[in-house]
Amino acid sequence: MNDDVISLPLLEVDSLTVDYRTRDGDIRAVNNLSFALEKGETLGLVGESGSGKSTLGLSIIQLVPVPGVIVNGHVRIDGVDVVRLSDEEMRAIRGKNVGFVFQDPMTSLNPVKKVGAHFIELIRTHEPNVTEAEALERAQKTLNDVGILPERINDYPHQFSGGMRQRIMIALAIALNPGVVIADEPTTALDVIVQAKILDLLKNLRDTYGMALILITHDLSIVLERCDKIIVMYAGNLVEYATGTELHSHPRHPYTQGLLQSIPNIELAEQKLEAIPGSPPNLLNPPKGCRFWLRCSEAGENCETEEPPIVEVSPGHFVRCFKEADKSERNRKR
Amino acid sequence: MDLRSYIVARVLLMIPMIFLLLSIVFLIVRVVPGDPVLLHFEKKASEEAMAEMRRELRLDQPLHVQYFEYLAGLLRGDLGKSMAPGRDSISQHIFSAFPATLELALFSILIAVGIGILLGVRASTSYNSVQDHVIRVFGTVIYAIPVFFLGMILLLVFSIYLKWFPAGGRIKPLMEPEGLTFYFSKPAGGFVQVFTWSFPVGLISWAISLVALKRKAIKFWPKGLLISLLVLSAGWIVYAYFAWHLMFRGGLHITGLYTIDSLLDGNVVKFVEAVRYLFLPSLTLGLMLSGVFIRLTRSNMLETLRLDFVTAARARGLKESSVVYGYALRNAFLPILTMMGLQFAMLLGGAILTETTFSWPGLGRYLVDRISFRDYTAIQGAVIFFGILVAVVNLVVDILYAYLDPRIRF
Repeated sequence: MNDDVISLPLLEVDSLTVDYRTRDGDIRAVNNLSFALEKGETLGLVGESGSGKSTLGLSIIQLVPVPGVIVNGHVRIDGVDVVRLSDEEMRAIRGKNVGFVFQDPMTSLNPVKKVGAHFIELIRTHEPNVTEAEALERAQKTLNDVGILPERINDYPHQFSGGMRQRIMIALAIALNPGVVIADEPTTALDVIVQAKILDLLKNLRDTYGMALILITHDLSIVLERCDKIIVMYAGNLVEYATGTELHSHPRHPYTQGLLQSIPNIELAEQKLEAIPGSPPNLLNPPKGCRFWLRCSEAGENCETEEPPIVEVSPGHFVRCFKEADKSERNRKR
Repeated sequence: MDLRSYIVARVLLMIPMIFLLLSIVFLIVRVVPGDPVLLHFEKKASEEAMAEMRRELRLDQPLHVQYFEYLAGLLRGDLGKSMAPGRDSISQHIFSAFPATLELALFSILIAVGIGILLGVRASTSYNSVQDHVIRVFGTVIYAIPVFFLGMILLLVFSIYLKWFPAGGRIKPLMEPEGLTFYFSKPAGGFVQVFTWSFPVGLISWAISLVALKRKAIKFWPKGLLISLLVLSAGWIVYAYFAWHLMFRGGLHITGLYTIDSLLDGNVVKFVEAVRYLFLPSLTLGLMLSGVFIRLTRSNMLETLRLDFVTAARARGLKESSVVYGYALRNAFLPILTMMGLQFAMLLGGAILTETTFSWPGLGRYLVDRISFRDYTAIQGAVIFFGILVAVVNLVVDILYAYLDPRIRF
């Protein structure tokens, strides 16, 4: 690749808006969200159930489940706007340029196909000239990289444990050496020990394969130390965007602060965990102003009526909150 | 357990099953009040005639003697003697009527499953669209139409008005094999036929073995050569068997299915005729049964299309056709296979209405005929035959199950 051309980000999501068109009305699952990802970076996408993080992940590969539609915005993969691509052009990008790891490894592999068949199919769909034998050889190499014995390639998915199946899913995601791998809650269905191993594996693979990684999770503690950048989502909105260390030391949004307070600290013997009161809003009929104000301890009057703007509180640290907006306003006046 | 030991276990399990079936049928016929002979004659015959029949059918023997004779007969494939005046062998009647039924059943189920899966998959992939609704309505309507009515309509349109297909029977009278025997008694075919066969048979078996070797990545020398030579010689043995029939039996009548026999025979004219006679009755049954398969395929596909591994396959950029057929349909197939087995077994019992509509000389017509004669021994034979068939079909379904879904083997 040429280094002298103006380098485009590997993945660029630009004011993306995704709606679910249900019979009861439109549900805005992702609202006007933008971010960019460079080669070798890890992005954490954090939010609770229904915050739109999985929809965001799936919309990158144009697989938002029916009745979801991308109503606005662009997704550029290697500079190509994939929102405008035909089905067939998009199909060629999935698996080849973007790998995807799903939440539940127990149900993500075809139970009637051998592990090897999954690889053969994947490799030969994208590279028709490769023979079955070559594809198998490559598959065994990839399996070895994720810590699965290569000779188990002739086994069926049900002969593996959950953690091993997730390793196979990861191997399938990286088999064609894509630029981006999206892992949607890759460890939620696994126990804690396996969870740590899988996350370390993803990190190591990112280093050896040099891909960018998007880690979607509801568990802030997982991404804090592993991700270069973190996006906190709430009810379809980006509420905070910063590096992992910055977010850990200076969380600005009340929601992020609440999430951090609800992580137990192993060094404190007796610690009362602070839960965020209430539950997320119904997105069919979202609150008019800030979507978090009903649960926010610091909500002011304008939070109720106006949508807060996104402000850059320090370089690379963005927050969607009136509190911070007011502060920076004051700073500017001074 | 690997596939082979699964099959062995499953086959062994069939022995006690069939034994139980035979014993129950035997007992039921003999335990019900009244005596088959009495029921047959409706008490209108003389005592001597009845005694005569009891003696000829050995119904006057003690129960345990009858039972062992019955089992011994079954081992030889003998289902006993009919109550009809000639005291014909029931086995021979059934075996000569069965190929007709088998042929009809095979083609009907192929048509039903073909239409059913194709339309069912279409409906499920275009869920809730106009196409989906049209297919669903078609499935319901076609299954609701009485089969003899559908048959008569097809008969009227395609055979009476358009004259595209014959109105009934199995094949042109002159093309029918003689009597109930399995082989043609026409003069021998000759060397020309033998040599037109030898070339393609040898070539095909050789080609198959080479392709198989390549896929298994076995080196040609020396193991590959040995294996391919083995396949070649096996091909020649099969061929020699056919050739022998062609030369000395004057034509092939191995399976009793006219379409297959005529193909084996290389007799294209006869094949076309056989298909023309078969078309309307099998279309009638196939269309009716396709309704079941459309609904079944559609509902199962809707379920599997929602599963994670389907989304995961799409996320890997696999072609939509392999996602739909290789992932969704392959996993939705087990209930369809069960239904195939059930429907096929039912068809093998004789599609009485369809066979009557198209004067198709199968088991269904034989059974109707025997029932109207109150021929109890023949009915007993047919029931046993049908029972064994159902058991065999179930066995095949179970083995296919294990083949299709590796989780069942363990």
